[in-house]
Amino acid sequence: MATFHFELVSPEKMLFSGAVDSVALPASEGDMTVLAGHAPSMTTLKPGVVTIAEGKGSPRRLFVRGGFVDINEAGLTILAEHAIPLEDLKPEMIAADIKNAMEDVADAKTVEARVAAQAKLDGLRQLQGAIVS
Amino acid sequence: MPSLKDLRTRIASVKATQKITKAMQMVAAAKLRKAQMAAEAARPYAEKMEAVLSNLGAGVDVSSAPRLLSGTGADKVHLLVVCTAERGLCGAFNSSIARLAREHANRLLAEGKTVKILCVGKKGNDALRRTHGAYIIDLIEFRAVKQMSFTQADEVASRVLRMFEAGEFDVATLFFSKFRSVISQIPTAQKIVPAEIPARAASKGAQSVYDYEPDEAEILTTLLPRNVTVQVFKALLENAASEQGARMSAMDNATRNAGDMIKKQTQKYNRTRQAMITKELIEIISGAEAL
Repeated sequence: MATFHFELVSPEKMLFSGAVDSVALPASEGDMTVLAGHAPSMTTLKPGVVTIAEGKGSPRRLFVRGGFVDINEAGLTILAEHAIPLEDLKPEMIAADIKNAMEDVADAKTVEARVAAQAKLDGLRQLQGAIVS
Repeated sequence: MPSLKDLRTRIASVKATQKITKAMQMVAAAKLRKAQMAAEAARPYAEKMEAVLSNLGAGVDVSSAPRLLSGTGADKVHLLVVCTAERGLCGAFNSSIARLAREHANRLLAEGKTVKILCVGKKGNDALRRTHGAYIIDLIEFRAVKQMSFTQADEVASRVLRMFEAGEFDVATLFFSKFRSVISQIPTAQKIVPAEIPARAASKGAQSVYDYEPDEAEILTTLLPRNVTVQVFKALLENAASEQGARMSAMDNATRNAGDMIKKQTQKYNRTRQAMITKELIEIISGAEAL
């Protein structure tokens, strides 16, 4: 299987850099999976799980809290706002995020802002369900 | 002429000071290594961010771009974000940043612009309060923070962005010290609002067309505030490394000076002691001769 170069960086450090087979990521317009030779594109991320498949072995999964994705001929780059391996993720952290998101919904002044905040909240709730189960 | 006892206490006190400066130097060296590692670890993100921004910025029409990129169109109110250390005893580190900010503020004031100063770090506030106290709008302290993290940068950046949204300033400049080496830190002023997009390095042939999802404008509106945060974060990390570097060389100097002083005082002590012995001998001998 063709591989491509993938980098996952958070503001604090570089979390992953190397050749991978595929990367599934939670884009804001819907989940997507990137394979080698993907068309150049740029998108934003919503909170969710990035799954990295590299050759044999079980895929690595990391939780990201929003960010950007840049796909070009050099490879795929995720600029995550915050990223941690799924194993280290505590349910409390998502609970705290949900609480924040609920406050955002309550504080939203415009309709668009409320819709955006609500969408984020729904995403987080879904995610909580997926991880807890 | 100081007595022997005076000299002895003097030497002891200088020795104690030397021990403290030596310890501070070693602590600073250890912290510097950590700060340097943090600064290096943060570099890839900032670089990628820059690359993405220059990619995006090249294709965007400036007139329709978000205000964070195009500016408010005015150039009246300037915000100076002055990042300094929380603690002193680090040579000229704090004062050189404050001096740069002060010169910048004076130049703007001479041009008839309005100046607002936001201090990050207590020492900058202390230094600027005397001359530009009236312009300081607030002080953000990170005294309890051991290691700068993205959360702190976010705190500063969101404050700046809120003020920008409220139209409280037109141009924001960030003051910090760039870390070059242990002996060289360069006080730097960097414009963060409106964002300066680095010109794309000579584009490699025909740049392939990007798919944007959601559209370019929307990505740009989320990316630009993030960019401000990243720049602040970078500045804070550079500052942390510079501070420790400056402290290390300042304390190295202090230790050496203390060593010189101990040497001088010890010599003086020995001479005085010898002089007293000689004097006593002369007294005894001349006393014996008189008999």
